[in-house]
Amino acid sequence: MGSQIFRHVNFLNWLLLLLSLEYPFAATYFELSTLNSNSTTQYKPDHHDAEGSVQDERLNVFTVDYNYVQIPCEVTLWILLASLAKIGFHLYHRLPSLMPECCLLIFIGALVGAIIFGTDHKSPPVMTTNIYFLYLLPPIVLEEGYFMPTRPFFENFVSILWWSVLGSLLNAFGIGLSLYGICQIEAFGLTDVNLLQNLLFGSLISAVDPVAALAVFEEASVNEQLYMMIFGESLLNDGITVVLYNIFIAFTQMHRYEEIEPVDVLAGFARFFVVGLGGVLFGIMFGFVSAFMTRFTQNISAIEPLLVFMFSYLSYLSAETLYISGILAMTACAVTMKKYVEENVSQNSYTTIKYFMKMLSSVSETLIFVFMGVSTVGRNHEWNWAFVSFTLLFCLIWRVLSVFALFYISNKFRTYPFTIKDQLIIAYSGLRGASSFSLAFLLPMYLFPRKHMFITATLVVIYFTVFIQGITIGPLVKYLDVKKTNKKECINEEIHVRMMDHLKAGIEDICGHWSHYQLRDKFKKFDTKYLKKILIRENKPKSSIVSLYKKLEIKQAIEMAESGMISSAASTASLQSYRNQRMHRLSPEEVESMRDMLANSLYQVRQRTPSYNRHNLPTETSEKEATEILICRQNSLRQSVRKGNSLPWGKPARTKNVRFLSLPYGTHQPARGKARHDASTGDYCNDSDSMVSIMFRPQLRAGSLAGNRRQQEIVPMEQLDRREKLSDFAGQRGTPSKPGHTARIRRLALMPKPQFDAVFEEEIQGYESEEEEEAVAASRPSVKWAPEKKNHRKWKNLNGKDVVYKIPAVSEKHLLFKNV
Amino acid sequence: MGSAHSVPEEIQELADKTGFTLEQIEHLHRRFKQISGDQQTIRKESFDRIPDLEFNPIRSKIVHAFFDKRNLRQASDGLAEEINFEDFLTIMSYFRPMEMNMDEEQLDHFRKEKLKFLFHMYDSDNDGKITLQEYRKVVEELLSRNPHLEKESARSIADGAMMEAASICVGQMEPDQVYEGITFEDFLKMWQGIDIDTKMHVRFLNMEPIAHCH
Repeated sequence: MGSQIFRHVNFLNWLLLLLSLEYPFAATYFELSTLNSNSTTQYKPDHHDAEGSVQDERLNVFTVDYNYVQIPCEVTLWILLASLAKIGFHLYHRLPSLMPECCLLIFIGALVGAIIFGTDHKSPPVMTTNIYFLYLLPPIVLEEGYFMPTRPFFENFVSILWWSVLGSLLNAFGIGLSLYGICQIEAFGLTDVNLLQNLLFGSLISAVDPVAALAVFEEASVNEQLYMMIFGESLLNDGITVVLYNIFIAFTQMHRYEEIEPVDVLAGFARFFVVGLGGVLFGIMFGFVSAFMTRFTQNISAIEPLLVFMFSYLSYLSAETLYISGILAMTACAVTMKKYVEENVSQNSYTTIKYFMKMLSSVSETLIFVFMGVSTVGRNHEWNWAFVSFTLLFCLIWRVLSVFALFYISNKFRTYPFTIKDQLIIAYSGLRGASSFSLAFLLPMYLFPRKHMFITATLVVIYFTVFIQGITIGPLVKYLDVKKTNKKECINEEIHVRMMDHLKAGIEDICGHWSHYQLRDKFKKFDTKYLKKILIRENKPKSSIVSLYKKLEIKQAIEMAESGMISSAASTASLQSYRNQRMHRLSPEEVESMRDMLANSLYQVRQRTPSYNRHNLPTETSEKEATEILICRQNSLRQSVRKGNSLPWGKPARTKNVRFLSLPYGTHQPARGKARHDASTGDYCNDSDSMVSIMFRPQLRAGSLAGNRRQQEIVPMEQLDRREKLSDFAGQRGTPSKPGHTARIRRLALMPKPQFDAVFEEEIQGYESEEEEEAVAASRPSVKWAPEKKNHRKWKNLNGKDVVYKIPAVSEKHLLFKNV
Repeated sequence: MGSAHSVPEEIQELADKTGFTLEQIEHLHRRFKQISGDQQTIRKESFDRIPDLEFNPIRSKIVHAFFDKRNLRQASDGLAEEINFEDFLTIMSYFRPMEMNMDEEQLDHFRKEKLKFLFHMYDSDNDGKITLQEYRKVVEELLSRNPHLEKESARSIADGAMMEAASICVGQMEPDQVYEGITFEDFLKMWQGIDIDTKMHVRFLNMEPIAHCH
C-alpha cells in the first residue's frame, strides 16, 4: 500500500483521536433520537452530560461547545478522511487495479470504528431507518439510474430482467429456506430463528452490489453482454431486494399478532408485482414531467440541476408515500429523463448534474461503509459458527446455482448465448455491499431478537466477498480469458455501427420479422414524432449541432485564455513541443464533439460499453483515443512548423506567444477551411520575401485563419487561382502591421467568439468580422486597416465557396488525403 | 407454393448452399412471394411494397445491395435487373448468425463474407476502395433523416472519419503521402475491434412474417 495513504490516514486519525479524547463524554443526541422515535440504534442518550452543560450559567469568555456540532462535524470528518484516503489510494497507481475501492472504505471505517471503540466514544446515529431510506439510499439509486448506458441496457433488456428479478428471488428464497433447514438442527442452537426471519435474512443477503466487479470488467474490457448483465443486476437488484425485505418485515410483524394465511402469501406475491411495476410506472411519469420542465429553463439555467434532482427525489418520495418501490421509481425516472434533459439543459448544468450526482452518491456510500466499519468493531456481535459459515456457503452455492439455472434457460432464447466462462464470472461477481449491511443493520430489534447474529453474518459475507472475491476477480477474468471487446471509440466505428443498425432494421423489414431491431425503430419513430416535440425545447438554434459547437467553442476559448496566461508567463518551451502539448490538451474535446455530433445527429444515442465507476466520472482526457485520431493532425502541424522554421521565426518572441494564444484548436471546419489555410501557409513559405508578411501572420491567424487550423487536410489538387489571389492579398496586408498591437490581438483572441464557419459559415463570419473590426477600430486609429480586413473577408467568402464547390468537380477520385 | 418448393431436393440444395433450415426457407419463400407479388423474381420496384422500409435512411443502399452482383456471388459485377429466390436467400444468408459449431476457419470466412457485403455497400463504384466521396455519401445518407442537420456537418464527420481511417490503417504518414481510400484490407483492420459476429445478424425466427406488404 502506498505510504501516502498512511500519512493521510494517520494525520486524520490523530486529529480524530484528539477530538475524541478531548471530549470523551460528548455524545448527546437527545434531540435526534427523540425525533426518530422508531429509531433502532443502540444509542442511549446521556442526560447527565447535557444537564452538566446547562448548569453552567455564567458567561464565559471562551467556551467550547462540541456537542452542538458533533454530528455534522464527525460526519464531515469521516467524509474528509475517506476522500483523503481515496486520494492516497489513487496516487499509487497500481493499487486500484489490485483491489476495489470499497475495500479502502471499509478499511477506513474499521479504523474509525476502532478509534471510537477504543475511546468509548459513541458514534453519531447516522444510520437509522429513516435516514437511510430517505437520505442515504436515494443518491446511490439515482446515480446508478442516471449513468446507465441506455442502449446496451435495452438491447439486453429481457435477459437482464430475467436474470436480475428471478436471480434475486431465487437467491433470497434459496438462502432463506436452506438456512431455515440448518436452523432446525438443534446442535447449532438456532431453533428460535423461524422461517420468516430466515427468509428475510435471505432477501437482504441477496442484495448484491457488484460495482467493484464492474470496475474490474471495465479494465479488462469484457464483452458488452456480460458487462450489461452485471450492470443491470446492480441496477435492479436493490429495488427487488428492498421490496422483498419490506414484504417480509410486514409478514413478520403480522406473524407476531396473528396467523399468516395462504391468502396473505398470495397477497404478498401480488404486492411484489404491484410495488415493482407501480414504481417503474411512477418513475417514468415523473421522468417525463421533469424533462418537460427543463424545456422552459433556458433563462434560468441555474435551476436546471435542481429540477433534475428535485423531481427524481420527488418521484422517490411520492412512490414511498404510496408504498410502492421508490427505488425502482427513481431508477425509472432517471433513465427516462436523462435523454431529454441532456438535450435541454446547458452544458454547464449538464456537467453540474453529473458531478453532483457522483458526489452525492459517493458521500452516501462512504457514510454507509464507514458506518459498517464502525459497527464491525464493537460489542454488538453474536458469533455463531454454524450460522455464519452456512450463510457464507449458501450465498456462494445459491449464487452459482441460480446463475447456471437461469442462464441455461435464457440461453435457449438468445442468439449469442452466454458461455460457461461468462456464467462463471457472473456467479463470481456476486459481491455484497452497502445495501446488504444497511438492511441488516436496520432490522427492528423487537422483531428480531437475534439481530446481532444477522449483522455478524452479513458482515462476514460482505468482507469475504469484497475482499476475497473483489480482489481475485480481476485475475480470474484474465485467467479465464473471457471474450473481450476492444472498443476503439472512434468515429469510424460509430458510423459503421449505425450503418449496421439501419441495415439490420431494413433487412428485418424485408424479411418481415418483427423483432427488437424493429421495435427499436418503431420507438424511435414515435420518439421523434411526439415525445421529442413535447419534451425538448423548440426555440433551439436551427441545428442542435450548431449550439453544441458554440458551447464547445466558448469553453475552449475560456480554456485557451487560462492556459494561455500560464504559458505566456513561461514560454521557454520550444515551439514544437508547445504546439504538441496544446494539441493534447484540447484534442479530446475535438473527439468528444465529433462523437457528440454523431450521437445526436444519427439520432440513436449509443454508448458503447460504458465506463462506470461509482466514485468517479471518467476522465475526459483519454490520451489513447486522442493520439490515435489526431496523428495526422500532429503531422500536419509538425510539417507547418518545419516550414515555419525556414523563416526567421525566433525573432519576435512576443509574436510567438500571441500567435499561439490566438489559435483556437479543436474547432470543426470543413475541408475547405484547411485548404485555404494550406494555401496561405504555402504561400508565405514560398515567397518568403519579407519579414513583413511573417510579422503579419499572427493577425491573420488571430482573425480569420485562426479557426482554420484543422485536422482535415483535404487538398484539392488545383488551387492555383487561389494562390494568386492570396499572394496579392498578403502583399496588401503586409504594410500595416506594427509591433505593439499584439496585445490587442491577444485580447481579441481571448474573446470567446464562435468561429464555426464549418456549420454557420455566413452568419458567423459576419459576426466575426464585425467584431474584429470593432476591436481594431476601437484600439487603433488606423482606418486604413479596416477596409483591408473587409477585403480579406470577401476573399474568404468567395474563395471559401469556390473551394467547396470545386471539390467534387475537381476530384471525384483525386481528392486526396495529404499531410501538408 | 412455387415451383422451387415442389421439389424437395431443390430446397435441400438451397438449404445446403445458404445454411438456412428448411423451415426458414419456407418462411422466407412466403415472404419473397409477398414482396414479388407472386412472381418468380423481384425487381427494384418490388421493394416499394414494404412500407416500413420507407423510413430507412439507407433504404437505397439496402435495396441496391440486393441487386449488386458482387453480393450474389457471381463473377461479374454491376447491377442485376432482377433477382430470383435463390439470390434473395443468398443475400439473406449474409445475415445469419454465426453458428456455435463452426471452426475457426469457417468463422473467419463467414466474418469476411459479412464484411465484404458491408464493404460493397460503401464502395458503390466497385473500385475496391471506399473513397472520400463515397464515404461522405454514406454519412450524408445516414444523417439524412435528421432535418436539423446541414450537409456540412455530415461532410465534416465523413472527413474526420476518413482522417481517422488513414491514421489507423497507414499509421504515421509521410507528409506527401496520399491516402486514396479505404481498401478492403483496411476495412478489415478497422473492424477488428468491433465484433461483427454479435452485431451483423438478424433473427430468422421460425414464425410467420407479420409485417405486410401493400
